[in-house]
Amino acid sequence: MAAADISRDLEPQRSYLLRVARLQLRDEALAEDVVQETLLAALSGTGFSGKSSLRTWLTGILKHKIVDAIRKKQREPTVASSFGDIDAEIDIEDFDALFNERGGWEPKPGEWGNSPEDALNQRQFLDVMDLCLEKLPPNTARVFMMREVMELETDEICKELTINANNLWVILYRARMALRLCLEQNWFARND
Amino acid sequence: MTETRDPAPPARRRMTWKRVLGHIISCKDASRLVSRREEGPLSAWQRLALRLHLSVCEACSRFERQIAFLRTAMQRYRQ
Repeated sequence: MAAADISRDLEPQRSYLLRVARLQLRDEALAEDVVQETLLAALSGTGFSGKSSLRTWLTGILKHKIVDAIRKKQREPTVASSFGDIDAEIDIEDFDALFNERGGWEPKPGEWGNSPEDALNQRQFLDVMDLCLEKLPPNTARVFMMREVMELETDEICKELTINANNLWVILYRARMALRLCLEQNWFARND
Repeated sequence: MTETRDPAPPARRRMTWKRVLGHIISCKDASRLVSRREEGPLSAWQRLALRLHLSVCEACSRFERQIAFLRTAMQRYRQ
């Protein structure tokens, strides 16, 4: 692919990359920087073989830039504190509100229809997903994005964020519970 | 959760059996295992307990499908 073609194709990916970076960094300026670096690396690099989609390839570059940014942040305690205390997001007792005292659902998960996958083709649904992701506590959103979009292994995430596996499972559980509930309330319950 | 008691013996036996399986682990524990499984294999005991629970619990089966949907949705996010 010629350089001119690639720069034309990269621009539309910019907003997607920004969205992903913002959710993980919760820092507008830093997210802009990281995306800029990703696009520059993509332009100067020769790694794109056309075997994966352009977006998947860019996500792979972005992953490294975000991990670098997080490492750098952790070395600057004043900046790191803006992220909030990760321990505060690990408290499992929070989920008691979703269950009764015997551990039964309260309320039960709702029915999402026969083919919830149809929603994935709708622009409005993706907007609702974005809103739900933004509503997650900062560290929870970051960990969930690292796992599900960046596809980092759990031990890599634990190492980068210096948390143990148990805490990671709790955070991911929290993210899934909150997202499930948010999608149900803001999409599936309204589109029966 | 309120359940109406059916006096007919066969129905009651089914209900009791279902209740026993459903209470090996609670829905709360089952939901944690469903999420935990996304990160790697469960122990043999966890797999068994979850399987038995899911076989009788409609709410948790629903939850399991919704978590699978979430994964698909997040993969779609990057395509």
